[in-house]
Amino acid sequence: MKEIITSVGIDIGTSTTQLIFSKLTIENQSSEYVLPRIEIVDTEIIYRSKIYFTPLRSLTEIDAEAVKKIVRDEYAAARMQPDMVTSGAVIITGETARKANANEVLNALSEMAGDFVVATAGPDLESVLSARGAGIDVMSKDDRTVYANADIGGGTTNCAIYDFGQLKGVNCLDVGGRLIKIENGRISYIYTKIKKLAEDNGIHINVGDTADVISLRKVCTLMANLIAEGLGLGETPAPQWIYTNDGKGFPASVPPIKCLTFSGGVAEAYYSRDSIGNDVFKFGDIGVLLADAIKECPYFKKVRIVKPLETIRATVVGAGVHTTSISGSTISYADGQLPIKNIPVLKIAEQDEESFEKITESIRSQIALFKPDGNLEQIAVSFGGWKFRKFAELQNLAEAVTKGAEEVISSPYPLILVVENDIGKALGHALNVLLNHSKAVICIDGIRTRSGDYIDIGEPVFGGHVLPIVIKTLVFNS
Amino acid sequence: MIDQNELKAIIEQVLGEMNVNASAAQTSAPASVQSVSAAQTTVDPGMIPDVTQIDLHTQYLVKNPVDKVGYQELKNHSPARLGIGKAGPRYLTLPMLEFRAAHSAAQDAVFSPVDHDFINQMNLFSVQTKCADKDTYLTRPDLGRQLSDEGVAAVREKCKKNPTVQLYVSDGLSSAAVKANVADVMPAIIQGLQSFGIEVGTPFFVEYGRVGVMDQITELTGATVTCVLIGERPGLITANSMSAYITYKGTVGMPESRRTVVSNIHDAGTPPVEAGAHIAEIIKKMLDAKASGTDLKL
Repeated sequence: MKEIITSVGIDIGTSTTQLIFSKLTIENQSSEYVLPRIEIVDTEIIYRSKIYFTPLRSLTEIDAEAVKKIVRDEYAAARMQPDMVTSGAVIITGETARKANANEVLNALSEMAGDFVVATAGPDLESVLSARGAGIDVMSKDDRTVYANADIGGGTTNCAIYDFGQLKGVNCLDVGGRLIKIENGRISYIYTKIKKLAEDNGIHINVGDTADVISLRKVCTLMANLIAEGLGLGETPAPQWIYTNDGKGFPASVPPIKCLTFSGGVAEAYYSRDSIGNDVFKFGDIGVLLADAIKECPYFKKVRIVKPLETIRATVVGAGVHTTSISGSTISYADGQLPIKNIPVLKIAEQDEESFEKITESIRSQIALFKPDGNLEQIAVSFGGWKFRKFAELQNLAEAVTKGAEEVISSPYPLILVVENDIGKALGHALNVLLNHSKAVICIDGIRTRSGDYIDIGEPVFGGHVLPIVIKTLVFNS
Repeated sequence: MIDQNELKAIIEQVLGEMNVNASAAQTSAPASVQSVSAAQTTVDPGMIPDVTQIDLHTQYLVKNPVDKVGYQELKNHSPARLGIGKAGPRYLTLPMLEFRAAHSAAQDAVFSPVDHDFINQMNLFSVQTKCADKDTYLTRPDLGRQLSDEGVAAVREKCKKNPTVQLYVSDGLSSAAVKANVADVMPAIIQGLQSFGIEVGTPFFVEYGRVGVMDQITELTGATVTCVLIGERPGLITANSMSAYITYKGTVGMPESRRTVVSNIHDAGTPPVEAGAHIAEIIKKMLDAKASGTDLKL
């Protein structure tokens, strides 16, 4: 038995807005004589939109109506209706995320794209999604080596490192091909940090100046060096101020990079430079010059440069194909409560799982953090649960959780538990019996979260066995 | 030819002489023991390592491997004894000992009885099939499918009549499986059924039981659904694996295809508590669909 669900990815970036539809094939991987093990076994991109320039109303505002029209037109062109879309994600990336109405646009799009199309944002998440869209998670596993991807877009460069299929670190730099814009042969925009970079190095460029290829090449060389430094390939680490949102570099624990892929719009120019020709300002920005500078930068010659699966579409493919996962196959959930979107995770630390008292205490003490206006918001309580395998232990665990989550139980929201170990169904039954069926309980397993994550839970698929899940991790470097 | 009595007399005589000699030898023994202990000044107390505690998934004994990490990745996908090295054409000593230990555990699981204290702890009463012992059980599958007359009487007397679900436990081919899993699987099934509001009859234990005896039990109790937790034939990976066979309105002589099975329940396979919760849900679906086995789409 197979089930195919349709997933959408929408990326509103600094330069471009794109959309893809993909098919995710879900199948039971175990025989019918043991517990089901339902997984996403295949993904296929079935529709790629045109690549649009992101419509802006002003320097500080996205043209929401124009973006909506793009999405509506592309749905029509793909012959898709929102109710045909089971899951997916909208992401606002790069400089566009800094626009005043970014959140508003994000939420409006997630509403109109389908019931379970989730809104995502954050430079770290973008780094992960673009790396997965580029395919380095799989490549690093197949080649059993360390891969990095640098997604060089219009406003930011998102870097991620994978070692043998495992994410090792992410960062995001304010370096991109559209941070200087050129109109009619003149500079029409310079992002403040790039202006500083140029000034610090004695290159004087100003809005209104004639676009001088020689000085802009120099700026692009500096930008290429910063990308190398951000990846740990430069002579010095990248300066703190170039990281997006006061972010940080890779954690100290990342292994040295062996292979490197580039994605994003600038990578398109990097890998197929010949098709662009001599007009370096063809796209009204410095993207082509930046691609050239990267090609000449000596620091990147230390590693093997590999072609990714996707270049300019890496982020949108990441959002459309790689955000949705599937819960464990033996879980427990009350009817009529799903989908639930954007739920903050209350995570019980591993050391607090030592005793049932500590579990109760951990939930109780953290609940206070989830009352933005004095009232408890909807939360999901999450923990590993690896120590609890015996029936009696699960009963104690259920009791400890209900004691700790008394406020959730007396609230109008369902009691949501997200566990890693395969105990979801048994724990759900224990809670239902303990609470006398007086409370809606959603107890899923097979999902790992971190403190500070948000979770989205979709409507059941595959005959009700599993739920689509999107975990939105905002901070990946731990 | 000497007759039996003569032979007996000769043996007694020989034994008698040996005793004399033995006691004579004892007088000189302490001196030699002392000299030995004087020579071996220290004897380390302790234990030899338990070969059954080795994790087969991580054990890798190939000398000078070309790609150890790659081999480990392969091993992660299989419980088989891969990469255990060799001495010429033969096993190394350690894998040989591990293999024999696993084989012995499998044999023990088949031949030893389930501890009656454990049955009592689980609040089960015990009945037998028509097999009087393990040998009969192993050689006469037909008798393992019928309760003894006493067993029939006990089930009639002690069990609730016409329950929605009749749950019972049987040793089958592994008593070790019963001991390892029943305390987690059985209450998880009962709690799951309780969570769905489904009534359960009186559980009990059947010694020397084959799967087929469940149909006789269905007929005796009048249960709608019958579920047996039974020890699986042990293999070399584990001797603790248990199965649940479940029928909807089973009858003696019905086709085997009407049984639904959940197998491979043990700590390293289908996790016991979650298996119990899953079985409860299967039973619920069975009652809704009024079917079991291949007739039931799960």
